[in-house]
Amino acid sequence: MPQGAAAVLRHELIGLSGVFERNVYLVRRYLWWDVAFFVWTIANTLTIVFIGKGIEATGGDIDVERITTQLLVGAVVWAYLGVIFEILTETVAWERWEGTIEYTFMAPLSRPIHLFGMGLFAIVYGVIRAVLLFGVVALFFDLNLGQADYLAALVVLLVASISFLGIGMMTAVLPLISPEKGTQLGFMAQGILLVISGVYYPVSILPEWMQWASTISPATYALDGLRDAILDGDGLGSMGDELWPLVLIGAVSIPIGLWVFRIGEQYAKRHGKLKRSG
Amino acid sequence: MTRSNHHSSMPAVVVDGLRKEFFRNDGRAGLRRRRKRVAALDGVSFEMHRGETLAILGQNGSGKSTLVRLLSTLLLDDGGSAHVFGHDVAAETRAVRRLINRVSVEASFFKKMSAVENLSYAARFYGMPIRETRERIPEILGRVGFPRKRMGEPLEDMSRGMQQKVALARALLTAPILLLLDEPTTGLDPRSKLEVQTFIREIRQIHDATILLCTHDLVEAEELADRVGILDRGRLIELAPAAELRAKYDAVTLEDAFFAATGKAFEDEPEEEDD
Ligand SMILES: Nc1ncnc2c1ncn2[C@@H]1O[C@H](COP(=O)(O)OP(=O)(O)OP(=O)(O)O)[C@@H](O)[C@H]1O
Ligand SMILES: [Mg+2]
Repeated sequence: MPQGAAAVLRHELIGLSGVFERNVYLVRRYLWWDVAFFVWTIANTLTIVFIGKGIEATGGDIDVERITTQLLVGAVVWAYLGVIFEILTETVAWERWEGTIEYTFMAPLSRPIHLFGMGLFAIVYGVIRAVLLFGVVALFFDLNLGQADYLAALVVLLVASISFLGIGMMTAVLPLISPEKGTQLGFMAQGILLVISGVYYPVSILPEWMQWASTISPATYALDGLRDAILDGDGLGSMGDELWPLVLIGAVSIPIGLWVFRIGEQYAKRHGKLKRSG
Repeated sequence: MTRSNHHSSMPAVVVDGLRKEFFRNDGRAGLRRRRKRVAALDGVSFEMHRGETLAILGQNGSGKSTLVRLLSTLLLDDGGSAHVFGHDVAAETRAVRRLINRVSVEASFFKKMSAVENLSYAARFYGMPIRETRERIPEILGRVGFPRKRMGEPLEDMSRGMQQKVALARALLTAPILLLLDEPTTGLDPRSKLEVQTFIREIRQIHDATILLCTHDLVEAEELADRVGILDRGRLIELAPAAELRAKYDAVTLEDAFFAATGKAFEDEPEEEDD
């Protein structure tokens, strides 16, 4: 019944736009908090990037421009990843806090579309923020950006985002299982990614078993690809080593993410974890 | 396939032997903690016909909200079944979700967002495009008596009565044919309460909706409902028109009948066993 299928698709797309719309309203209503959070991120990023200069000042013999640019890319990707995870975690956490979660979960909107809506917003919001962050922090330093291929960098970030969403969906389910502590558990996943993915240092300096773990982390390839694009001006043509693993990890992590979320939702519905008052 | 043709002959709600248990922790904390299963609903069966308003009474913890949540596809049962217009709430969640909406005791909104914003995104989840909501939302807010000039203000600045009316508007916006109302007037001042009740009456008359109304207000139950059910510790011990219940217990008011019914059950049933 093609007409029926078209109607269902239309319904789902309207639902997806609703998820996006809700987040836009929230950003508008909490704009000053977003600005404050952004200032915090800038301060944090500056602290890290200044480490490069600090090493030189204490007598280290390094290529400062290169190191600061590397650190900057690391910090921006890290901030981006944090935003993606935070927004996806809010799928459950914020709605539970406001008490709207039951209304959202009883709406005729399929869970994958709901999660993709959150993910789409997270990517748009995260990219805007990452670009601003990169721009603002770059003003403080002499960076060698002369040959940077920004388009390639953006494409790598977007492709990597698919995997980030998959992992984000897995952690988003945690507040569904433990309303009080679930969000903190999400930070654990982020922390592990931070250590193994070479955000601020080359993966090659890690112990061997950690290097192995880094090969399944999408952040590793995202960082590699972004550094190649920004420091060495590598175009998309020479980015296969990064793009293919990212596509592969994304293709695996999204179905797993949806599946884990589904299991979590079933668990919550069995044990009355969505909400119990009323 | 129009809704009314499709659904006219079948009962609106069929609940059969519905059971739901929750784990309850005993007093101990940490590793010595033990959990026992407690039945929140213990084999509840009833039917509602289309267009009927059924009030469910019951003390705190008797299982009213659990029943509403099972019907709203927010809980999975531990036995028995429930159907909404022929659709199984556990197996056909999507079909059921299209047909229902709900108002609970807390208004449950994004409180920094305005009424219009809250209603807009929520309507989108039900497939309503902007073209539709742009007209329908102000219209429906107007009908619940929401002042036009406050439509853009954050909901946190509004009284509970006002918020509850917005909650009713949100539920109605999606044109549900089964409306689940879980203590919609609890905690409202007398005036707001009356306004909400008047509006519920209007929904009954105009929208041809079937309404399940859980309440602690016995006058409200008697005035709004065609039949009254009494839930007592997870069991539906009575289900009849209010007049019949009064007659059965030889009571002047529904309140007297309620006390008689639940008091009797209290003596008959053994105390919940501890283990
Ligand atoms: N999510 C849950 N987790 C654990 N126990 C629950 C949960 N929801 C309800 N219960 C328990 O199930 C029983 C029925 O609760 P329910 O909320 O359905 O009662 P109610 O009739 O709505 O009460 P009230 O009048 O206070 O709203 C209570 O003993 C309650 O503690
Ligand atoms: Mg209740």
